Amino acid sequence: MFKYFPHTKADVDSMLKTLNIKSIDELYKDIPETVVFNKDYDIPSFMSETELRSHFADLSKKNQELTLFSGLGIYDHYQPAVINAITSRQEFMTSYTPYQPEISQGTLQYIFEYQSMIQTLTGMDVSNASMYDGATSTAEACFMACAVTKRNKILISETLNPNIVNVIKTYLKFKDLTWDFIAEKNGETDFADLENKLDDSIAGVVVQKTNIYGIIEDYQGYSETIKANKSLFIINSDISTLGVLKSPKEDGADIASGECQSLGMPPAFGGPTLGYLATDKAYVRKMPGRICGYTHDLEGRRAFVLTLQAREQHIRRSKANSNICSNQSLMALFVTVYLSLMGKNGLVKVNELSYQGSHYLYDRLLETGKFKDRFNKPFLKEFTLETSIAPETIQTALLQKGIFGGVSLDVFGEKYSGLINFTVTEKRTKKEIDQLVEILEALS
Amino acid sequence: MINYRKMIFELSNSERIGYSLPKSKFNEYKIKDLNSTLLRETELLLPEVSELDVLRHFTNISIKNFGVENGFYPLGSCTMKYNPKINEEMANNSAFKSLHPLQPIGTVQGALEVYYNLQKYLSEISGLAEFSLNPYAGAHGELVGLMIIKAYHEGRGDFKRKKIIIPDSAHGTNPASTVVCGMDVIEIKSNKEGRVDLETLKSVLSDEVAGMMLTNPNTLGIFENDICEITKLVHEAGGLMYYDGANLNALLGKVRPGDMGFDVMHINLHKTFSTPHGGGGPGSGPVGVTEELVKYLPNPRIKKFDDQFYIENSGDAIGRISSFYGNYLVSLRAYAYILTLGKENLSKVGPFSTLNANYVSKALKTTYDLPIDGYCMHEVVFNGLINKDNDVKTLDIAKRLLDFGMHAPTIYFPLLFPQAIMIEPTETESKETIDEFINIMHKIAIEAKENPGKLKAAPTKTPIRRTDEVFAAKMMIFSYKDYLDYVNKRG
Amino acid sequence: MSKLVEGLYYSKSHEWVKVLQENQVLIGITDFAQSELGDVVFVDLPEAGDSISQEAEFGAVESVKAASDLIAPVSGEILEVNDELVGEPELLNQDPYKNWLLKVELSNPDELDELLSAEAYEEFIK
Repeated sequence: MFKYFPHTKADVDSMLKTLNIKSIDELYKDIPETVVFNKDYDIPSFMSETELRSHFADLSKKNQELTLFSGLGIYDHYQPAVINAITSRQEFMTSYTPYQPEISQGTLQYIFEYQSMIQTLTGMDVSNASMYDGATSTAEACFMACAVTKRNKILISETLNPNIVNVIKTYLKFKDLTWDFIAEKNGETDFADLENKLDDSIAGVVVQKTNIYGIIEDYQGYSETIKANKSLFIINSDISTLGVLKSPKEDGADIASGECQSLGMPPAFGGPTLGYLATDKAYVRKMPGRICGYTHDLEGRRAFVLTLQAREQHIRRSKANSNICSNQSLMALFVTVYLSLMGKNGLVKVNELSYQGSHYLYDRLLETGKFKDRFNKPFLKEFTLETSIAPETIQTALLQKGIFGGVSLDVFGEKYSGLINFTVTEKRTKKEIDQLVEILEALS
Repeated sequence: MINYRKMIFELSNSERIGYSLPKSKFNEYKIKDLNSTLLRETELLLPEVSELDVLRHFTNISIKNFGVENGFYPLGSCTMKYNPKINEEMANNSAFKSLHPLQPIGTVQGALEVYYNLQKYLSEISGLAEFSLNPYAGAHGELVGLMIIKAYHEGRGDFKRKKIIIPDSAHGTNPASTVVCGMDVIEIKSNKEGRVDLETLKSVLSDEVAGMMLTNPNTLGIFENDICEITKLVHEAGGLMYYDGANLNALLGKVRPGDMGFDVMHINLHKTFSTPHGGGGPGSGPVGVTEELVKYLPNPRIKKFDDQFYIENSGDAIGRISSFYGNYLVSLRAYAYILTLGKENLSKVGPFSTLNANYVSKALKTTYDLPIDGYCMHEVVFNGLINKDNDVKTLDIAKRLLDFGMHAPTIYFPLLFPQAIMIEPTETESKETIDEFINIMHKIAIEAKENPGKLKAAPTKTPIRRTDEVFAAKMMIFSYKDYLDYVNKRG
Repeated sequence: MSKLVEGLYYSKSHEWVKVLQENQVLIGITDFAQSELGDVVFVDLPEAGDSISQEAEFGAVESVKAASDLIAPVSGEILEVNDELVGEPELLNQDPYKNWLLKVELSNPDELDELLSAEAYEEFIK
């Protein structure tokens, strides 16, 4: 017997008798002999719960929890204890997609509240119920732009995080769509180059608000220019920063996409996280993913239900806007709970504290004389400095003290050689920051 | 309280907070020092609620949900098996949760070992060479698999092959993924037993076919007996075979997709490998391939040399399809599940789930219309009631089942049968539960005959009754802001 | 029983064509089509000035549970689009024959010969 299999021998015998067969094997009789798998799987023997715990304890020892001064897409922000208490409730965690609204109002309501929160942070008219991550969400935003404008080319700023760029390229390439890059000028998107490259083949333009260098880009003039070209303006942002930064709507974006990991999710070795996607009502029918709408039941009670399903794969099949089915639903609950606890003031405070810590670190690092700022542009929690100290030297020294930071951007390619990233969130204490500076100060 | 109907925004009071953050240490730095053109001007419509009230709100809406631990969840093709708690405990381990994906590999050897071992176990279970755990969901896995197929042909200099053969019984993600991958769909009609018709298949094979997507057992829960002939025909025509792993649960212990001739496949970890559905995600759709196709697997890849794990990006890969390593903590849960079952028990999953579905099939075919006779695999499809007198539709049956405290099966899929009801009991259900389900279904059949109004009006015992979907689609209220606008206009 | 109107031309994809005068026609969807769809919530139509081509898709009708492509029964230039359907798509359910979709100037009147009569369409949908 096994704890997940309730069937006793008596149960099985009884069921076999009902089916008029001698063994379960008879149910598989039509499977061609040549493909029947008669062996044992070459995988470990079953582990009891104690053995499993012990195994994971061993694995844990091979990992190191570090003090994170790193960002580049995944951030170490405060995760309120309440989040886990709510998201681990089986009603939320084990339930299926809310296709039967009568018994899914829990899920549907948090999706609606999530959509509302993304709506207000981005300023756009409507958010969907989530996408896989910020990168794939932005790739799908590019598809939307092509579908709306009926054009085939996307302009991508060179200042985007290369992980995002590479995902967009893969998606565009296989759908036989093309792209070109907008040059970088002193750490920001080069507006003149954008103007130069806009023509009637361009479906959309993608930029990243706090870019690969952590620089907050200024998009004055972008929206009018892009609109005049009848292209769509797509702004990718870390959603947490929209608590204080100009929203994509205020910047004149047509589509807002990006990462929600900063809102109460652990770094989790990169996943699961959540990509948001929001747009104007005019484009809602071209938007992928599920959407929850407000309605009533037949007794007039307030109710929530998945709507506009005719855009989706299970109805539209090959004509669907996208193939997305499962999304990151439970992670949307993380976002909803986080923002319910933080509220607008808490979110502003998180950004304030991060800003203060990062700017304090920035000043102290420059004081050491070992780091320079190539760009001198505004930043929030993340910034990039130039140094001649070898990246491995920095990593080794920091690792010895259990710190991960000063990540060399050359992990993304040669062009970023000599540039290193520092990220400070509200979790980093003055003591930790001072210690980081002390270690780096001693290096050469 | 089941009658709780507030939205979180309606609990908001601007004096309240639900957070505690450290005190400010560096007050000389202020965000408003930034150029005002960079700062937001519009007010945020976020709630301000104290901690206990947040907990009450979400607790009260949660009880309007139905989880696997509430009761029977026979959704066909979803494999709603038990989601083990021990997996949650493992996934909550901070030695994994706190890891940054860019940390030096020497500090994440445990995390990489889980990834590497899982992909190895999945390879063994499916009979394929290697897996990538990066795809975030089944549909994402399909897209990745199709990209690999396309890259394979183009890699051989063959740019003609842009078509994918898909049976009409396929899940909607199959044709949708094909189009997202820039290819065309050739849909072939299933024969009257619901299987692929070999003559029809032969008639569409050509040098423009890149491959074929197949689920086996298919979406009717029926095993494609001609599978070897099918894969042979497609291979001979120069195409590759893609396996949609949605129904893999039926085959655990009995058949491996690789052995059937499939070249590429995806697995749904949130189905076959017990990771929670989360109300619609996060799932995970690892993609496995034959040796020849390994080089196309998406970046980044996790590899092993001597006893060290490392991360590699290859120029031959189709590219990157995720920011990092996929839904990592979901993969971790599946890993824990496979270790918990071990080779002894994993091989019983197929037989037990198939036994359960056939037991249901036999019991219900006296009152429900079983369109395809013979043994099914892990799920069974009925085409509504045998007695179609009172115009009782599958929707009504499903809604009435909710009144009896069970989740409805999958309805109106596959499209082959207009009143399709797809039932998948999974191996984690007891005979008592299944018998109870059978009794209730019989009861509903009787009600359909004697008191159809009851079904038409169902459900009546759930937190809400049937919803006005036309209102939702027409009014397009998608946020609290929309709701306020609606209330204002309505007066 | 599906409602049919005599004197109209019908297509196998459930559109009807009504000849007005000269080479002008009205195009709509049949009662069978609207009843299969259920409550219509959205109609996606091209603009006046666009052209349609026989057997090609020119838009879609969306209900809560389905979305159906509109297939042009004839080719020509769109003179007028029924704007009422934007705000009140349910008009298609109420009277699919009165509430037309497009007014079109035919580019090839012979195409009408390829369409079905009311009787033939009635047989077809059986």
